[in-house]
Amino acid sequence: MQIEIRFFASIREALGSSSLSWQTEAATVGALRDELVARGGVWAEALARGRAVRASLDQVMVSDEAALRPGAELAFFPPVTGG
Amino acid sequence: MGTPLAASHNAEGGGAGLGARRASVSIRHEDFDLSAEVAALRQGMPAVGAVCSFVGTVRDRNEGASVATMELEHYPGMTERSIEAMMEQAFARFDILGASVVHRVGLLQPLDQIVLVAVSSMHRGESFQACEFLMDYLKTQAPFWKKEVTPAGARWVDARVSDDAALARWGIASGNA
Repeated sequence: MQIEIRFFASIREALGSSSLSWQTEAATVGALRDELVARGGVWAEALARGRAVRASLDQVMVSDEAALRPGAELAFFPPVTGG
Repeated sequence: MGTPLAASHNAEGGGAGLGARRASVSIRHEDFDLSAEVAALRQGMPAVGAVCSFVGTVRDRNEGASVATMELEHYPGMTERSIEAMMEQAFARFDILGASVVHRVGLLQPLDQIVLVAVSSMHRGESFQACEFLMDYLKTQAPFWKKEVTPAGARWVDARVSDDAALARWGIASGNA
């Protein structure tokens, strides 16, 4: 299935990319993150396990276990610092 | 991200009856005027007996370094949705009549206003509490990111564990920092 992925703040900068259309069979947000890490290079660095990376699915904060569906809008970003 | 967006996120419910309430979310580059925002929150709502507001501003120092400028990035769409969800929680938890959130994005400087949270209610206690609740929630759940320029260069601001703790007081696990 096709997933639209967006990146923000320090993660966007590290990847040099703000969005990505990604073909995947990953069932969950966490599994998809692992796929991106497996690309190596800046991907492995910016999204590494142990780094504080938060995710949203269809613009709602979710955990790694959240289930993906075709056409979903996924985003990865660092902890938020507004206010 | 200007005023049209703000207008599209204004919502008013229920007329003048018991269910009347007013909620507004505005994400924008432009500055805001506290008096005007409070006036809009109160206008035509004689049941209001208390308004509590919080204004967050850009400090000239952070983490031991002087701050020249601050840039705020956000996630358009999710930002508004997440704040509207916070307001739903605030209306469910507290006996309040209205809530207004304004958050600026883009390039800011020390002394600039960043964020406004204003809440109206019949009596002061609920406004005080809901205002702090909304701010605690916003700090850890709304997708904004600050980048500041210091003499050592630009750096992304780190999330604070103390902000997670502030939200935990309301019985909500943040998991942000």
